[in-house]
Amino acid sequence: MSAETTPDAALAPLGPPTSVSGWGRTAPSAARLLRPRSYEEAAAAVLACGARGTIARGLGRAYGDAAQNAGGAVLDMTGLDRIRSVDADAGVVVCDAGVSLHRLMEVLLPLGWFVPVTPGTRQVTVGGAIGADIHGKNHHVSGSFARHVRELDLLTADGTVRTLTPDSELFDATTGGMGLTGVILSATLQLLPVRTSLMTVDTERALDLDDLMTRLESGDHRYRYSVAWVDLLARGAKTGRSVLTRGEHAPLDMLPPRARRAPLDFRPRSLPAAPAFLPEGLLGRGSVSAFNALWYRRAPHHRTGELQRISTFFHPLDGVPHWNRVYGRGGFVQYQFVVGYGQEDTLRAIVHRLSRHRCPSFLAVLKRFGDADAGWLSFPLPGWTLALDIPARLPGLAALLDELDERVAGAGGRVYLAKDARMRPELVEHMYPWLPRFRALRRELDPRGVFRSDMSRRLGL
Amino acid sequence: MKDAFGMPQSLLVLGGTSEIGLATARRLVARRTRTVWLAGRPSAALDAAAAELRALGPDVHTVAFDALDPAAHEVALGKVFAEGDIDLVLLAFGVLGDQVHDEKEPLAAVRVAGTNYTGAVSAGLICAKALQTQGHGSLVVLSSVAGERARRGNFIYGSSKAGLDAFAQGLGDALHGTGVHVMVVRPGFVRTRMTAGLPEAPLATTPEAVALAIEAGLRRRAELVWVPGALRMVMSALRHVPRAVFRRLPV
Repeated sequence: MSAETTPDAALAPLGPPTSVSGWGRTAPSAARLLRPRSYEEAAAAVLACGARGTIARGLGRAYGDAAQNAGGAVLDMTGLDRIRSVDADAGVVVCDAGVSLHRLMEVLLPLGWFVPVTPGTRQVTVGGAIGADIHGKNHHVSGSFARHVRELDLLTADGTVRTLTPDSELFDATTGGMGLTGVILSATLQLLPVRTSLMTVDTERALDLDDLMTRLESGDHRYRYSVAWVDLLARGAKTGRSVLTRGEHAPLDMLPPRARRAPLDFRPRSLPAAPAFLPEGLLGRGSVSAFNALWYRRAPHHRTGELQRISTFFHPLDGVPHWNRVYGRGGFVQYQFVVGYGQEDTLRAIVHRLSRHRCPSFLAVLKRFGDADAGWLSFPLPGWTLALDIPARLPGLAALLDELDERVAGAGGRVYLAKDARMRPELVEHMYPWLPRFRALRRELDPRGVFRSDMSRRLGL
Repeated sequence: MKDAFGMPQSLLVLGGTSEIGLATARRLVARRTRTVWLAGRPSAALDAAAAELRALGPDVHTVAFDALDPAAHEVALGKVFAEGDIDLVLLAFGVLGDQVHDEKEPLAAVRVAGTNYTGAVSAGLICAKALQTQGHGSLVVLSSVAGERARRGNFIYGSSKAGLDAFAQGLGDALHGTGVHVMVVRPGFVRTRMTAGLPEAPLATTPEAVALAIEAGLRRRAELVWVPGALRMVMSALRHVPRAVFRRLPV
């Protein structure tokens, strides 16, 4: 098949190059957007993408430059959004890569199945979830997304489609491979059975970082889902004060009688979107500090068995569409790193450093990872992971994060590629020891470098 | 590629011996820049500048470039962009001329205009096109407060910078939304070789201060930067001073 002989109008670029950026809205670049509606169109688009290559893009929730490709083509995969089959007995779904987790939940929850891993938003595609090998609040129990992928179809640089299973090298290079091995077209996922669409949630407050780490260490194994919101603007003895929320899918008998009539109901609420233009500096140290203090005080000291909707528990920010706009034109960077168990001192040092620098971060998120999965560039490793977002224009931020990178790398940890927009390329190989192998496989599979992104150029992936 | 803070990994300095250009290069090399191209007339000074930067760690290349020979720009700059993406082009060449002399020697005045304006139009358009093809990058143009309102003492230089300034602003508008960012920098009196021996103007600054302002401007994706920042207020006042008064001001 060659592009010249494919007379399909949908393959024509949608107008001139368009400015594309990640969710953090930093470092936009221009690319031609192509929106394939079938596997054949996707293959034709890959073969016709031109000298600056192409990268697949889902719903654009990667914070940095992973799904942009300056001067080249970007394949908008949201047109490939069919759920191909659902085995409601075995809990297996086969779907296109452009299907969002939101859509999967809408379809699967009424059948008593839930996505095995969800990040803090439902607005990610299955392809993106595999490409970034995302994790959720259940990582210590369920691992990352790739663990639940039974099979996937990958469109490679030569235009052929390969079916990959978890025992293959290319599968491990693709899960967490940031879209650089090819375009994921479809996937077969193993789902999680649930009886209700509600969560039973335990909440408690931790007074400081050590208190928090003790509580997480001693209690996480009792919960499927666990996360802590940390107030990074609290200083002194309060450094690391936080709110833990841990939960399970609620069993049927925990529901009040009215809710039992439709236990698998899924109707997330949405607030109005954030306005397109907001003044800079809305999120200063003062306002964020006040918000964090309020959030901390609002949380109960200790509460068990509270029933929450799935959307409230997992995806609080999905309630405000375009919430990334509140950071203004300057955008924001999200920083997420992991350090292994035994490196608690590094974690403590970083939290204190962030607290001293007074980063106006809305409640940072701390959680414990379980066993790692096999993805070569997959982020999670057994240890502590902290994620925070910070306005990109905060003075001194670039140097501060460089310093933290050094500490993380020195402790054998790593920074999450799906959120990165600023790491020094020299450090990537230290953090991702399989990178040389990943590069070798890419050279072999894609000698012309068809698949590339701003991130792959920036970090030399 | 630029990072989230607008810091480039590769840099092309047009006017490779410019003190402001080199101060900026040093600053950016300390951050993310690993490849630097210095474009200028082949000279010992250009080689020395390259060697000095190279000692800081990056790959440094030189390329022969003469602002007064626009016909050769396409080839010279094409060679640079053919080697790989350029994240930041710093247009830093320019000459001050000698107003008293140049008023009497029109050809010398044309040389100032040809360097500062015509040469910049040619190089600026060629780089803009290359950046647009890349789909990303910044073009930073060193204008001057002298271009904001031409004054008796240096209107030949001032008018060339006024032309450059207007050109760069228009280019920035033309490139809006293409992934390419154009930033106009208007320094005041900068203590360099160019101004050595001249009486210092108020709010005088240094190449390092201009470099710092450029770094900050890139982080904000600014379109216009005054160095020092206070000049913005000063010039917006001066702009409205009546001509009869302005021509007598000791500025």
